[in-house]
Amino acid sequence: MNTSIHSVLMQGDEACAEGAIAAGCRFFAGYPITPATEIAELLARRLPQVGGVFIQMEDEIASLAAVIGASVGGAKAMTATSGPGLSLMQEHIGYAAMAEIPCVIVDVQRLGPATGRPTSPAQGDVMAARWGSHGDYPIIVLSPSSVREVFDLTVKAFNFAEQYRTPVILLMDEVIGHMRERVTLPPPDAIERTERAVTTVPPEWYKPYENFPADVPPLLPFGEGYRYHITGLHHDERGYPTEQVDEIRPWLDRIFRKIERNLSDILLYEENGVEDAETLVIAYGVTARVARHAVEMSRERGRKVGFLKLQTLWPFPEEVVEHAAARLHRIVVPELNMGQLAREVERVAGRHKVHRINRADGEIMQPSEIVAVIEGWTV
Amino acid sequence: MKREQRESRVHERYLRHHKKFPNIWCAGCGIGIVLGAIIRAVDQLQLDKNEVALLSGIGCTGRMPVYVDFNTMHTTHGRALAFATGLKLVRPEMKVIVVMGDGDALAIGGNHFIHAARRNIGLTAIVVNNATYGMTGGQYSPTTPPGVCSPTAPYGNIEQPFPITDLSIAAGAAFVARSTVYHVQELEQFIAQAIMKQGFSVVEAVSYCHTTLGRLNQWGTAPEMMRRLKEQSITIAQAEKMSGEERRGKIVRGIFVTRDTPESPQLYRRIVERAQQAAGGANGPAV
Repeated sequence: MNTSIHSVLMQGDEACAEGAIAAGCRFFAGYPITPATEIAELLARRLPQVGGVFIQMEDEIASLAAVIGASVGGAKAMTATSGPGLSLMQEHIGYAAMAEIPCVIVDVQRLGPATGRPTSPAQGDVMAARWGSHGDYPIIVLSPSSVREVFDLTVKAFNFAEQYRTPVILLMDEVIGHMRERVTLPPPDAIERTERAVTTVPPEWYKPYENFPADVPPLLPFGEGYRYHITGLHHDERGYPTEQVDEIRPWLDRIFRKIERNLSDILLYEENGVEDAETLVIAYGVTARVARHAVEMSRERGRKVGFLKLQTLWPFPEEVVEHAAARLHRIVVPELNMGQLAREVERVAGRHKVHRINRADGEIMQPSEIVAVIEGWTV
Repeated sequence: MKREQRESRVHERYLRHHKKFPNIWCAGCGIGIVLGAIIRAVDQLQLDKNEVALLSGIGCTGRMPVYVDFNTMHTTHGRALAFATGLKLVRPEMKVIVVMGDGDALAIGGNHFIHAARRNIGLTAIVVNNATYGMTGGQYSPTTPPGVCSPTAPYGNIEQPFPITDLSIAAGAAFVARSTVYHVQELEQFIAQAIMKQGFSVVEAVSYCHTTLGRLNQWGTAPEMMRRLKEQSITIAQAEKMSGEERRGKIVRGIFVTRDTPESPQLYRRIVERAQQAAGGANGPAV
């Protein structure tokens, strides 16, 4: 029996677990944390059914380490956590970026900082997801705003991780994680899956970090005859440590290039009514749901309001925002933090155009709060 | 053929010749001796290089894997066992060996170490114990004896050292042994047995750092410190005949534990079978 083609009532965390299975995830390592625990619980049940492996580790640091180890062994691998766990995982997010090991990290955001309010929604990890590990590296961060989107973006997260040999963070939030919606999932054969690239070169020629001609050299699993070295040190094309600038620079250029050259593939967003808008609302995650409602309320009252829902937060869709904002003088950015993504919008569109709406007390925003700003009651 | 000629040819078959030698270790360091023992153990067991993974953390010992032609991974400080856990679970047929220093394994990696032992996943953990952080200049570590001076204990260390073998046994390791870099052949045999043992195995290789902690405490040159390993070490049988006072300051060598306990990957295979039966096939219901 396969129920996945029928409509089901599903929680966001469940959709994430099912999306992972559908994407081909066969390894999960995690540590219990609210509001992401349901993902681990469901995968503890589901992974052995499909021949995969679930393990509960001693902490979040070890969880992402095990995920990277499993990915090096050839498995599509994932972990799931919330803000406090994301803080602990930052060390290995940097390692995965440096060693170019595909992996998916789910962060079901809750109110921070520190232990914060564990079962309350927030979007306070937007910058931590981008800049949390030390040093310079690119990363892909996706943010869903419905249960169906959680499923789809989890699949996307795996595909991007494999396609670009990079860690990908799925930035959910407590509402999206715990909310239940009726969803119709695609049949398994309709799901696009990106598998890890293979090589035709013999083992002695294989260079796991070759800079040319491809931006993403294939990563071959341990144990299949291609013996090579992986390190968190700067390394040459074979993976051996280097301190030579002429080996570090091409690598650094390539890991940024592999993302920048593929923005048309990576940047996911939905635009609505932007062409003739006088005001543009940019939102993501749970706040995109509230913002959509606010936009509809204002339109009913005759306002011309455009809506841009971002699904890819990082790399930040600069050109999309720049294009949408060019004609406009009024951009509203509601989010459940003190203005993290708004800083990016301001950078691209100009600070004077952007009206931030911030809430970081553990409650979701009301549509009326956004309508008030759209209609210029408060500026 | 002389033994040393034969051995150097064994090493040549396992070292990466396009790797930029010489290695980073100081002349006289014990870490290369441990690498040699690992290579000879793998050769003795006639393992396929493709089936061997050598992982490490950070520090002088962390640099070991890069020189040898296995599947090698230099991970983060203290976390090598967690990486190895993921690898071993998806590649159970591989022999996964993890080399760590004492600070790496027991300070920053102490939590991962005890949990790896508790889980009893078939990893071989080799702890090169030189009782210091050599790479950063000889600071005191979780195995530095009390009274020893270090750059971060200039008036003498006041902390108690971790007994690595006792800790491993208490945490549930299936095989626990200790030797020194002086007792090379014994070390090689212990490593070979550890690799073949089902479950989590620990080999403590007692070494020294003559360029940092040794110099600061005026313990002499590398040969003098090596001689001290010989003179201070006793076997388990000898130790059993000694009083607590006589054993003080001695390095007890031998196999402390070898036991058959359920290994979690084997248990997990049973979980998979049960889950698939309950789900009525490999794909099962979605929810």
